Amino acid sequence: MSIKKLAELYVSFFKIGGLTFGGGLAMLPMLQREIVTDRKWCTEEEILDMYAIGQCTPGIIAVNTATFVGFKQAGVIGGIAGTLGMISPSLIIICLIASILQNFINYPAVIHALSGIRIVVCGMMINTVFTMAKKGIVDKIGGALFVAAFILACFTPVPTALIIVCAGIAGVIVNKFGRRKGA
Amino acid sequence: MIYLTLAIEFFKIGLFSIGGGMATLPFLMDLTTRYDWFTASELTNMVAISESTPGPVGVNMATYAGYSAAGVPGAVVATLALTAPAIIIICIIAKFLENFNKNTTVKSVFYGIRPTVAALIGYAVFELLKIALITVSGGQIHLNYSGIILCAVTVAALQVKKIKAFHPVVMIAIGAGIGVLFKM
Repeated sequence: MSIKKLAELYVSFFKIGGLTFGGGLAMLPMLQREIVTDRKWCTEEEILDMYAIGQCTPGIIAVNTATFVGFKQAGVIGGIAGTLGMISPSLIIICLIASILQNFINYPAVIHALSGIRIVVCGMMINTVFTMAKKGIVDKIGGALFVAAFILACFTPVPTALIIVCAGIAGVIVNKFGRRKGA
Repeated sequence: MIYLTLAIEFFKIGLFSIGGGMATLPFLMDLTTRYDWFTASELTNMVAISESTPGPVGVNMATYAGYSAAGVPGAVVATLALTAPAIIIICIIAKFLENFNKNTTVKSVFYGIRPTVAALIGYAVFELLKIALITVSGGQIHLNYSGIILCAVTVAALQVKKIKAFHPVVMIAIGAGIGVLFKM
């Protein structure tokens, strides 16, 4: 594996990370152009498969995809090179904005603007939760899991990670049980 | 040793946040109760900035959170720690498991996890809403009526397909404009 390949991986994912807003699906067209059309590192189908895998593995989908493409090209070091490329623009841009914002945070106009932004963002996130719930809850058991997780998170100190692990186990148990009943 | 604590916390977040950037939100919410790195109100600012800057939202939020906790080195540590579990897991999957996402056990696990992640994000949003819309001073509860109206209007507007297609940056800019205009 050559240094040149690693540099290419880094640069490609730096471009993708730095030029797409929102991550996840918003990144797909950019990935297709850079990875499939220009670099020919993988096919259209492979990108979609990676997305499916990225969605059902822990971590940020965009990062998972970068790791996957990098790994296929140049092993573990390739995976690391792709991922570092993907996160570098975020590190630079966010650190800049955060440091600038710290200097202006006490101006009245900035305070008012942020108050308005916070509320609109809450509205946008309510919408995200609706969309995710609609897609994620496919039957009554899913609905029950949604309610149970919400109550546990709101009213008990049960750690978030434990709730997620239990939900995964519940999914396996329910599907096993359901299949036996159907057979 | 704040860097070690940051690394451990964000490694955990990377390991357990499944299903996209917003899935990190309940974990970040949880951090506000255990450390004094940033407040829940600052967390909402982070979401806004992460949504309106390039890069994956989850990575942006981790970078911002790390920066708030311990400056640029904190940002680097948090972001690298967040991605470390993904690198390990994806490399293993890429090497050993073909058709990972078509495996029935994997499907069952996600059948359970998807609604739960939606609920956990719902909980985090609920907490952020409480902070943005309700203030308690001197034992009295004050409702931020203009905020409640703006929030309701935002949710209603997002049901319209054309508005839903707007880029988050546009929505955030409108929010900033309204905030300044009405001195919220």
